[in-house]
Amino acid sequence: MDIQQLLNGLFIGSIYALFAIGFTLVFGVLDRLNLAHPAVFTVAAFVGIELVEVGGLSIWAALPVVFVVGGLLGLVIERVAFRPLKGRPDAHFAGLISSIALAGMFIALLQWRYGPDTKRFPAESFPETTYKVLGAQVTGVQVAILLITVVLAVGLHLLVGRTRLGRGMRATAENPTAARVVGINVDRVSATTLAISSALGAVAGALFAMNVNSAQLGMGSAIELKGLAVIVVGGMASLPGALVGGLLLGLAEVFTVQYIGSSWRDLVAFGLLFLILVARPQGLFGTRKVREV
Amino acid sequence: MRTPRIIGTTAAITLTLTVAACGSGDEDTGSGDGALVGEGSGADCQIDAAVPVGAALSLTGGAASYGESQRNGLELAVAHLNEQDGITYELTVEDDQTDPRQGITVFENFVGDDTSIIIGPTLSNGAFQAQPIAQESGVPVLAISNTAAGITEQGDYIFRDSLTEAQVIPQTIALAAETYDLEQVVVMYSNDDAFTESGYEVFASSLEEEGVEVSDTLTFSVSDTDFRPLLTEALAAEPDALVVSGLIEAAIPLVTQARDLGIDVPIIGGNGFNNPQLMTDAGASAEGVVVGAAWNSTSDIPENVEFLAAYEEEFGRAPDQFAAQAYAAMTIIDVAVRHNCSGERDDIQDGLNNIVDLPTVLGTLTINDDRDAEHEAVVQVVQDGAFAVLG
Repeated sequence: MDIQQLLNGLFIGSIYALFAIGFTLVFGVLDRLNLAHPAVFTVAAFVGIELVEVGGLSIWAALPVVFVVGGLLGLVIERVAFRPLKGRPDAHFAGLISSIALAGMFIALLQWRYGPDTKRFPAESFPETTYKVLGAQVTGVQVAILLITVVLAVGLHLLVGRTRLGRGMRATAENPTAARVVGINVDRVSATTLAISSALGAVAGALFAMNVNSAQLGMGSAIELKGLAVIVVGGMASLPGALVGGLLLGLAEVFTVQYIGSSWRDLVAFGLLFLILVARPQGLFGTRKVREV
Repeated sequence: MRTPRIIGTTAAITLTLTVAACGSGDEDTGSGDGALVGEGSGADCQIDAAVPVGAALSLTGGAASYGESQRNGLELAVAHLNEQDGITYELTVEDDQTDPRQGITVFENFVGDDTSIIIGPTLSNGAFQAQPIAQESGVPVLAISNTAAGITEQGDYIFRDSLTEAQVIPQTIALAAETYDLEQVVVMYSNDDAFTESGYEVFASSLEEEGVEVSDTLTFSVSDTDFRPLLTEALAAEPDALVVSGLIEAAIPLVTQARDLGIDVPIIGGNGFNNPQLMTDAGASAEGVVVGAAWNSTSDIPENVEFLAAYEEEFGRAPDQFAAQAYAAMTIIDVAVRHNCSGERDDIQDGLNNIVDLPTVLGTLTINDDRDAEHEAVVQVVQDGAFAVLG
C-alpha cells in the first residue's frame, strides 16, 4: 500500500467527512435535509479567499472567521428556509425545497459579488513547508485539514453527549413535541443546530479551497452528492458514521486510481457505497427505527 | 455538474437579451442593403455605411476570462481600423454566457439584423451548435478561438483564424522531445470534455510519431480540482515529462500539486495551459510548463510590437493569445471587405477565401482551401514567471 495515496485519501476524505458531519447533524436532530449546506460550503470558500486576499488575514486566522460566517448563514437558513414552514404537514419536503431555493440565492449572490471565475488564495499565503512522512510528501495545509477535522468532530461529539445544549438536541431528535413539553426551547435548539452544522460545512469549504487552491461556484454541487452518499452509508443520522463514511469514500477514490484506473474512480467509489448499503441497509453505524444524534 | 437551479436565472437573462437585441435590430434595418457596397478597391475602398460586425463571446460563465480578452482585442482592432479612411466598422458584442443555447440565440439575432459577418463563439462546444445557423442563412463566420477539429467542415461560410490543436501539438511534442530528450512520459487528460479529449488524441498520436513511450494514461473530470492521487500514480512511473490536456481551471491546481508532490519534470500542456493566469495563480510551480501556442507574444514583427504597446496602453496589462487572435480577425476581415470593396455577406465570404500571406499579429497568415488559417506556431516554456520561446 502506497503511503502517499493513503494520506491523499485521508486528506480529501477528512473534508468529505467534515462536510457530511454538518449535513447529518441537521438530519439527525431536526429530521430535515438541508440542501443549502453545499451552498454554505461554496460561500465559505469565497469568503475565506476574500478574507485572506483583501482583509490581509493569514489562512489560519481566516478559518475562525469563516466558522462564524457559516454559523450566521445557518441562522439565516433556519429563519428563512425552515422555521416559516415548520407547522406544515409536509414540512419535510417544503423545507427541502425551500433550502434548495435558498442555496440558489446564495450562489446567485456569490456570482454577483465575485463573478463567475475561479478564485484562488494569493500564491504567497501558504506556508512553503512540506513534510516528509514515511517517504510521502505532505503540506502544512493537509496536516491542518486532518487535525481540524478531528478536533471539530470530537468537539461536536462532546457537545452533543455532554452538554445541556446537546441534551436539548437529543431530546428534540427523539421527539420535538415531547421536548417542548419538558421545557426545551425547540426553536432555539433548531437554530443552534443549523448554526453549528453550517459552521462545520463552512470550515470544510474553506479547507477544500485551501487544499486545491481554487474555489468555483460549482464546487458545492460537486460535493453535494458525495456528502449525501456518505451520510447514507454512515447511517443517515450518525455522526461517527459520517466521519468514517467520509474517510472511506476518500480512500476508495484514491485506491481506485491506484489499483484499477483513474477512469473508474466514481464508478468504483459509488459502487462500493452501494454494496455497503446492500449488505447493511441501515448504514455502517445506523440503527433501525431508532433516531440518534 | 450544473444544477437546474441556474436554469431559471439563465432563462430570465436570455429573455432580456433577446428583447434587447430585437430592439436594436429594428433600428438597424435602414442602414443595410446597397450602402454596404463601396467604390474603389483595396486601400482606396470607400464604403458609406458602417459595416456591422457581430461577435458572440463568452463574457460570463466558465470561459469568461477568454471572452473578455477577445472583446478587448476586437475593440482595439476596430478602433484602429476606424482611424483609417474609407471603411468604418460597427462592432456589436453579445454574451453567450458560455452556454451553447444562448450562443444559438445570439447567432439568430445577428443573422436576423443584417450583420455582415459574425465572430465567435468562444468555445468549440458552442461553435458546433451556433455556427450552422449562420451557414444556413449565408452569413460568413470567422472563428477566433475554436481549436477543435471539424469547425470549418460545417460549411463554406465558416472560417477560422485560430490554429487547431492538430496544428500546434505535433510541433510542441516534436520540439519538446528533442529539447528534453524525452523517452517515456505520463499522459493526463479530462475525458468528459470534447476539447480536451480531442487534444489528448493529437498528443497520443504525436508522441507515437516521435517514438516517445507512454507509460501511463490517467483521466480526470473537468470539474476536478484534487489531482494528488493521479499525480502520485504519475510520480511512481518516473516519467521524463507529464503531458496534460486540460483546461486552465484544471491546469493551475494540477501544476501546483505536481510541484508539491515533488514532480519537477517539464509539464507539457495543451492549448488550455496557454494562459498568463497560469503564472499569476500557480506562481513558481508554473516554471517548466511547456505549451504550444498560435501566437508568439515575444515576436518582434512590427504588427505585433505595435499591438503589444497599444493593448498595454488601453487596458493596462499584456494581451494573451485570445486577444491577439481577436485582433488578427479584424485585420483579416478588413482585407476581406476591401477585396471586393463591399460589406455584403457573400462578398466578404469571397474575400475571406482570398487571404494569402497577410501580415498579422499572429505572423504571416494564409487561409487555406479548408478555410482554416495557416501560420507558424510557437512552443513556449515558462521561465522566471513568463512565457519564453523554447529551444
